[in-house]
Amino acid sequence: MEKETGILKKAEEFLQIFKKGEEFTKDLIKENERLRFRIAQLEEAIRNTGNEEKIQLYEERIKILDREINSLTERYRKVEEENKDFVSKYLEVETENNNLANLYVASYQLHSTLDFNEVLRIVMEIIINLIGAEQFTIFLMDEKTNELVPVAAEGLSLGELPKLKLGEGTIGGVAKEGVSYFAENPGENPDIAKPFVCIPLKIKEHVIGVISIYSLFTQKKAFSNIDYELFGLLAGHAATAIFSSKLYTQSERKLTTIQSFLDLLKEKPKR
Amino acid sequence: MPNILVVEDSPTMRQLIGFAIKRIADAKVIEATDGVDALKKLSTQKVDVILADINMPIMDGLKLVSLVRNNPSYKSIPIIMITTEGAEEDKKKALAIGANAYLTKPIQTQELMKLVSSFLT
Repeated sequence: MEKETGILKKAEEFLQIFKKGEEFTKDLIKENERLRFRIAQLEEAIRNTGNEEKIQLYEERIKILDREINSLTERYRKVEEENKDFVSKYLEVETENNNLANLYVASYQLHSTLDFNEVLRIVMEIIINLIGAEQFTIFLMDEKTNELVPVAAEGLSLGELPKLKLGEGTIGGVAKEGVSYFAENPGENPDIAKPFVCIPLKIKEHVIGVISIYSLFTQKKAFSNIDYELFGLLAGHAATAIFSSKLYTQSERKLTTIQSFLDLLKEKPKR
Repeated sequence: MPNILVVEDSPTMRQLIGFAIKRIADAKVIEATDGVDALKKLSTQKVDVILADINMPIMDGLKLVSLVRNNPSYKSIPIIMITTEGAEEDKKKALAIGANAYLTKPIQTQELMKLVSSFLT
């Protein structure tokens, strides 16, 4: 009986201990849950704190990139403008280069010969091919009669062209004044007395002739800068070339005459 | 090195065209004064492009085009006409007999260089 009571007491004690153990375990589980929750809270807080910093960093980076983009866009715009400027300058240089080539060729050809007819042919070639004139005449001044004599023509019959007096009409006026004449537009039916363009052929201030243009080729709508440069070149260089070739031809002729005379003198007199 | 045959009776134009052509990389200019001279040059030298005037003595540019197009050895050579004849019917006629392009005088150097270069590529 006593033994049974002891066992029951021990069982009671064990149950008490077990209950305490159970309570302690429950407390531990609770504490564990609380701590887990706290850890989760802290982790979340840590995560949130990191995001803000990252966001700040990203925002800063975006601002820097924005500034870089703006600066690059600005530089691109400037480079594009410079590029446009270079293209336009390149085209200007190209045009200038081509114009200079035209002037060089015209000048080179004009002084390439001392044959009067050849010089006239070259002047005509320049007026046709480089200026684009369809109908024109070259008049030269006859110093003895003070008349302008037609010596070459294109698109017009040379034989039908009249001699003109110095100071008479547009052509005579240009020869007298030595100043170029440019009409607004070429007339529909060219009139010899009314040229579209008149260029005096001058050696310094001395006019030796006149180039009068009556019409241009259909494809040539208007004069460009290079045409005026060519007119200027013709006024001086063509005049010099024509004058020199004329003098050369005359001196050649005189030389031949003198040579023939000398040959005659050298011949033995016939008895 | 591409060879460009310039057929022109005017020395001024030959020199001017030559100036433009020499600015195309490695291009060499061969000059001929008329159609007959051009055919002689074609028989002795390789030519890549022909630039021909229409109005020339001895043999004009149109006759030259038709002879070139009827010759199996030269028929594929591109021909560019350079002329004072600005009428549309002149252009049509030249293109109909086999010219590849038609330029009117006074020539625009840049246009000529572009055109010649386009036949060399």
